[in-house]
Amino acid sequence: MAKDDAVTMIVISGDFDKVFAALSIAIGAAAAGKETNMFFTFWGIKAIQKGNFTGKSLFGRMVGLLNRGGINRIGPSRFNFWGIGRWMFKQMMKSKKITPLEELRQTAIDLGVKLFPCETSMQVMEIKKEDLIDEAEESCGVATMLELAFHSKVTLFI
Amino acid sequence: MPQDIKSDVKLNLEGLLCPIPIVKVSQAMKNMEVGGVLEATATDPGVLADIPAWAKSTGNELISINKEGKIIIFLLKRSK
Repeated sequence: MAKDDAVTMIVISGDFDKVFAALSIAIGAAAAGKETNMFFTFWGIKAIQKGNFTGKSLFGRMVGLLNRGGINRIGPSRFNFWGIGRWMFKQMMKSKKITPLEELRQTAIDLGVKLFPCETSMQVMEIKKEDLIDEAEESCGVATMLELAFHSKVTLFI
Repeated sequence: MPQDIKSDVKLNLEGLLCPIPIVKVSQAMKNMEVGGVLEATATDPGVLADIPAWAKSTGNELISINKEGKIIIFLLKRSK
């Protein structure tokens, strides 16, 4: 952490297209040898969830059902049409041999990109540590994110 | 491609699209000795802009990058 040229991204979107962009940028940064951090908050958390149903209270379970996480379950921000758009984009990407989202996330992990979940979002949406992929870091808050941003040259909010 | 430069490692990136080519390049370069030369072929036109940019941001030397038909061939030297 000596060099102040890290890349820190705040991923608030849980959309297929935005998560795709965020992961691509993170991979590019890591491949250029930069320390790369991704802070997942609110809808963004879906990208690092295992994909099981979550929530305990009535509202929590409702969120877990209507907003189910998991990187293969997230749809595009436009033209989703209750999942048809997601399927269509996946087919189009497949035919052009573009790396699927899950593989992209694994590549990021393999390159040492750190995935931080936002603690507050997890509490609000009743998402537990066990609901997140094993590679996720310990949950944290804005101070941790800012500490990462302070020694970063590139900070993105997606 | 300059005749006098011999590559130490060859990499086939044909058919791969952004951001995978730079991932493979960075991994291959990491496994090479300093001063080693990597020769790679690719088909993604984005590589023409991305490889020079990657070399610049990592401080490695781009010896050459050429397009021959659909194939892009480039030589990179690990500088540090």
